[in-house]
Amino acid sequence: MASRKNSPANGAFFARDTSWHPPAYTPRYKSTVARSPKLALVSLSNSPGELTGPAFGHEILGDSDNDLVHNYARPGASAIGERIVVQGRVLDERGVGIDGVLLEFWQANAGGRYRHAKDGYLAPLDPNFGGCGRTITSDDGSYELLTVKPGPYPWPNGPNDWRPSHIHFSVFGRGFAQRLVTQMYFQGDPLIPLCPIVATIPSREAVDGLVAALDMSNTIPMDAICYKFDIVLRGRRSTMFENRLEGN
Amino acid sequence: MAQQLNRLRESASQTAGPYVHIGCVPSFAGLQGMYDGIDLGRDMVNDSAKGRRISLRGCVIDGTGARLRDAMVEIWQADHSGYFNSPSETRGDADPNFTGWGRSATAASTGEFRFHTIKPGRVPRPDGRLQAPYIHFWIVARGINLGLHTRMYFPDEIEANSEDPVLQGLEHSHRAETLVASLQDGEYVFDIRLQGQRETVFFDV
Repeated sequence: MASRKNSPANGAFFARDTSWHPPAYTPRYKSTVARSPKLALVSLSNSPGELTGPAFGHEILGDSDNDLVHNYARPGASAIGERIVVQGRVLDERGVGIDGVLLEFWQANAGGRYRHAKDGYLAPLDPNFGGCGRTITSDDGSYELLTVKPGPYPWPNGPNDWRPSHIHFSVFGRGFAQRLVTQMYFQGDPLIPLCPIVATIPSREAVDGLVAALDMSNTIPMDAICYKFDIVLRGRRSTMFENRLEGN
Repeated sequence: MAQQLNRLRESASQTAGPYVHIGCVPSFAGLQGMYDGIDLGRDMVNDSAKGRRISLRGCVIDGTGARLRDAMVEIWQADHSGYFNSPSETRGDADPNFTGWGRSATAASTGEFRFHTIKPGRVPRPDGRLQAPYIHFWIVARGINLGLHTRMYFPDEIEANSEDPVLQGLEHSHRAETLVASLQDGEYVFDIRLQGQRETVFFDV
């Protein structure tokens, strides 16, 4: 397992603001109705099991793991669609970059179709696109991936619900209490405000935090448009007085 | 006016959706050859790992009684002596032959997750009180907006369970049984109920 360079703090994690995240029961997103716990979560102060988490070294990565345009394509071929680079940093709530964070991503192809047995959408599979990638953040918490912009697609919820273009992210922090799965949306997508899954998030401000910004400065001319997407994980307390026994 | 704290806000959670397998267990999802055919979190132990080998399985059950066949379950646990294999572990060195972290999709046919791991040692709370051996579970799926944290305790640790500060600290003490696995044919079985009379205790960690 990997060693870590930045260690901003070693105390307990900042409490999670559950009013900022989607509540469990959001009936407009119908799948939550039978899958949402009804009783209150039990608060648990952090012990070693929550403060620690698995770490992953760069040795697990293949050369093209973060290149979805090529990592499932035949030699010499590439995926069909708008070529995009996604760049950003993984930060904690103090704004400190976190290195060594494993990011895993998955997405539909340019037509809005997933390479999955359960997806029967009309749009065709792209034989050169798998829709799966991963990377590990570098010393300042930065990462990037190359992919094609995923298409929007209809899904069985309301009679005419469509997902905006999005990329799923799975994120490991320093501790298992930071474990997070979220989705990245694209600036200017008119489907964002219509989506029942986006609408599970209570505030506009929190939704805006998931919308990647067009970044023309980092766009590669004649090659790929860049979107910037930062991810924020829970911060940690840094006081040395944490849980010190009286008299010590 | 006081100084600004200048804190960022945690990125809001979104459901992992029905296609989480593509990104997290691509070989399970049928993406041949991704990551050399090895899904991360499949192998927790190697031949040199210390401690007692155990197998555990279970289902995630919704409010209608149906098993989730599109969920993903991860576990995180201490090694045989109570240390975590993590750079964030400050108390001592864990067994390098045991990762402590596992990941399993629930099978499309049976709805079961399955792990081959070792029996964890006891870990103290920050105040020094020892916890009973337990395994931390984290569940994501379509219809789950924020990943669910829970714990599995062992049915053959009656004494340790009776002094565990988390189990004994539950306001509704009868709900502790939702966190204790059963032992069937040499395997631990831990079913997770999202709703209903025996709703599993979930934690805000």
